[in-house]
Amino acid sequence: MSTASSSVTVSDQFPAGLRVLVVDDDPTCLRILEKMLGTCLYEVTKCNRAEIALDMLRTNKNGYDIVISDVHMPDMDGFKLLEQVGLEMDLPVIMMSADDSKQVVMKGVTHGACDYLIKPVRIEALKNIWQHVVRKRKNEWKDLEQSGSVEEGDRQPKPSEEADYSSSANEGNWRTSKRRKDEEEEIEERDDTSTLKKPRVVWSVELHQQFVSAVNQLGIDKAVPKKILELMNVPGLTRENVASHLQKYRLYLRRLSGVSPHQGNSFISSHSQEPPYGSLSSLSGLDFQTLAATGQIPAQSLATLQAAGLARSAAKPGLPMPLVDQRNIFSFDNQKLRFGEGQPQHMSSGKQMNLLHGIPTTMDSKQLVNLHHSAQSLGSLNMQASAHGNPSGQSSPLLMQMAQPQSRGQILTETSGGQVPRLPTSVGHPILSNGAAGAMLAINGIGENSRGTGYNSVSQTSSVLNFPLNHSAELPGNSFPLGSTPGISAGMSTLTTKGGFQEEINSDIKGSGGFMPSYDIFNDLQQHKPHNWELQNVGFAFDASQHSNSLQASVDVTPSVLVNQGYSSSQRNVQNSNVSAMGKPIFSVGEGSEHGIALNVGQHLNSLLVDNSTRVKSERVTDTSCQPTLLPQHFGQEDLMSAILKQQQDGLGPAENDFEFDGYSLDNIPV
Amino acid sequence: MERNQQLRRQLASMRQSLFDQGHLDEQFILLEELQDDANPNFVEEVVTLHYRDSARLITTIERALEKSPLDFNKLDGYMHQFKGSSTSIGAKKVKAESTQFREYCEAGNGEGCLKTFQLLKRDYATLRRKLEAYFQLARQAGPNEIACRPK
Repeated sequence: MSTASSSVTVSDQFPAGLRVLVVDDDPTCLRILEKMLGTCLYEVTKCNRAEIALDMLRTNKNGYDIVISDVHMPDMDGFKLLEQVGLEMDLPVIMMSADDSKQVVMKGVTHGACDYLIKPVRIEALKNIWQHVVRKRKNEWKDLEQSGSVEEGDRQPKPSEEADYSSSANEGNWRTSKRRKDEEEEIEERDDTSTLKKPRVVWSVELHQQFVSAVNQLGIDKAVPKKILELMNVPGLTRENVASHLQKYRLYLRRLSGVSPHQGNSFISSHSQEPPYGSLSSLSGLDFQTLAATGQIPAQSLATLQAAGLARSAAKPGLPMPLVDQRNIFSFDNQKLRFGEGQPQHMSSGKQMNLLHGIPTTMDSKQLVNLHHSAQSLGSLNMQASAHGNPSGQSSPLLMQMAQPQSRGQILTETSGGQVPRLPTSVGHPILSNGAAGAMLAINGIGENSRGTGYNSVSQTSSVLNFPLNHSAELPGNSFPLGSTPGISAGMSTLTTKGGFQEEINSDIKGSGGFMPSYDIFNDLQQHKPHNWELQNVGFAFDASQHSNSLQASVDVTPSVLVNQGYSSSQRNVQNSNVSAMGKPIFSVGEGSEHGIALNVGQHLNSLLVDNSTRVKSERVTDTSCQPTLLPQHFGQEDLMSAILKQQQDGLGPAENDFEFDGYSLDNIPV
Repeated sequence: MERNQQLRRQLASMRQSLFDQGHLDEQFILLEELQDDANPNFVEEVVTLHYRDSARLITTIERALEKSPLDFNKLDGYMHQFKGSSTSIGAKKVKAESTQFREYCEAGNGEGCLKTFQLLKRDYATLRRKLEAYFQLARQAGPNEIACRPK
């Protein structure tokens, strides 16, 4: 992948400055090596004890590029050190010894040493050790690309896994992703959530759309991350990002089709159940499609959302795209969500709603607003969808999906009431299911509060729903059938997964009263009855598609949901307007999700919510004056998102920015 | 000046004989090459490190050799370390004797080990003495004198 190669690009000075850790119990050798390496212009650290060396490596994870170690050491066998380093830090290790017997050299090879030097070591041999560093990085890139979606799947459910993922041995590449410093810097990895250490890809609407179209091109059944990645041709996007997004997408699709979401299996296929979704299928993860389905949101936006959502995860720090997309997603939502508005505004808002995780959320308030709107629209869309049962074709699919599942009835019907402005909650619900579900949820959550209607369930779910960004209210009263089904629950749970996030949200939400401060709401939703949310559909997209899950998982959604929740509380105050604020965090997620961004939003929210450690202080309606109806409120989403994003950016610190979201940085939502 | 030149000549001669007598090999030269203005006494520094470390090993091996029965594994281990260190400074003869010692260890030949060790100790002491004299003279002659890299 081009990224791979780019990742291995070395600076002009390279290999000068290569950070070498040399371990040898022989002080003579150590001194000589130090001198030699210094002559090679490397940055040398010497150590005469293996244990100390390990400590140094652990403490300063990214502080070294390569390790040179003697084989025979009194405190620890050199090969053991070799293994440890390989497992924990995945750095290239060169063994050396005065012993040149074949067995020992072979042992070095089998234990994974990248080279074996015979003592006395010549300086010429040391001059070229940098090649091992380069080679390893290059291989890691490849590994990343090739790592199966399985990992993604694993990660899906737990946002925190991402961090774990990176720490696992084979994640080495993540660790060593320090090599990809450029990317990392760009992504600005935020450690808002402890779990998310990797730069998160923000699956902006655009990115998601790309993803979706790639998936469609390949065929749902044949869409493998590697190919999708190739088709998408997004620099900085890794196969893993795609894989995880794909998984979410699949769940999303599945959810849409009403199938109980089980990890990615039938995802697209089950998804395909919904014909209208054709395009939706391509929606990766993000229920954008759903959102799109609502007709309001151009499928594209949804895609974008999805993509964004996916991108979120995938986007490596270096991906500016996702960011942008995110915005789009959100903006998309806004637009789309407008139920009646139908403006295809979709996410192209271009703003980078980086709400989606990790990526430096550039969501500015506008984005959030967009999201908000989107969410709203989504909500409305949902409504429409439900109302019509089939919102305009394509977008409808999503909505349809939602609507369909909604048939459960609650969903939209309740809220939607056609209240577009209301936050798509009602609408959003159904729609959200799709992808927006996440967002919607949030929205719903929000809407719920405000609405009180359908949301009631939401309230409970609200916690969960918060996700729907509070669009407060607008969330289709449907209380989102988020729960709709397990999907949602799943989604919800995903939210819960965010766990940490939830907590935050919960706490914040407390105000919301109805909110379940903990994301457990989602759990609750699932458990108790999806009806709460009626999210059934909600799985909204959340669940339905992996995306939603991802959203959720990324906690993003949850945050949104939670946000909503919390938001709801604020909602109460503002209800709609506040929703915006509150919803924002959620909304960010939700907003985006509205269109499809729902997912994103959720995600974003999550990230926003989560990242920013934004506790969804629902109160914070933040900038947007939280218009009650998220929809109309542009700020809603955007603001929320921005707020969230900002929060994220600011680190966990209380996101006092617009949203006053506390700390939920959606960005970190592990996609 | 005159004196200095004389010293230098003496130094060069000393150095050369170390090579000629087989005490030092080209590794020593590599060390000399590493020496620069930033580390003007690098070679001496490294040699000093070596003798400090190796003296300890010699004592350890001696004690181990007094044990009965001989623990060849341990002996081999110690000698391996010793060998590594000696190799680093280019102590040719000592290195050869270390290798021999290890072979005897592998063969379980205690007698061989003991004999070889005696030789090793002798050559080790010789080289140490000579190097010390060499460095002393080098210091007298001035920093630039150490290195004439013949060969």
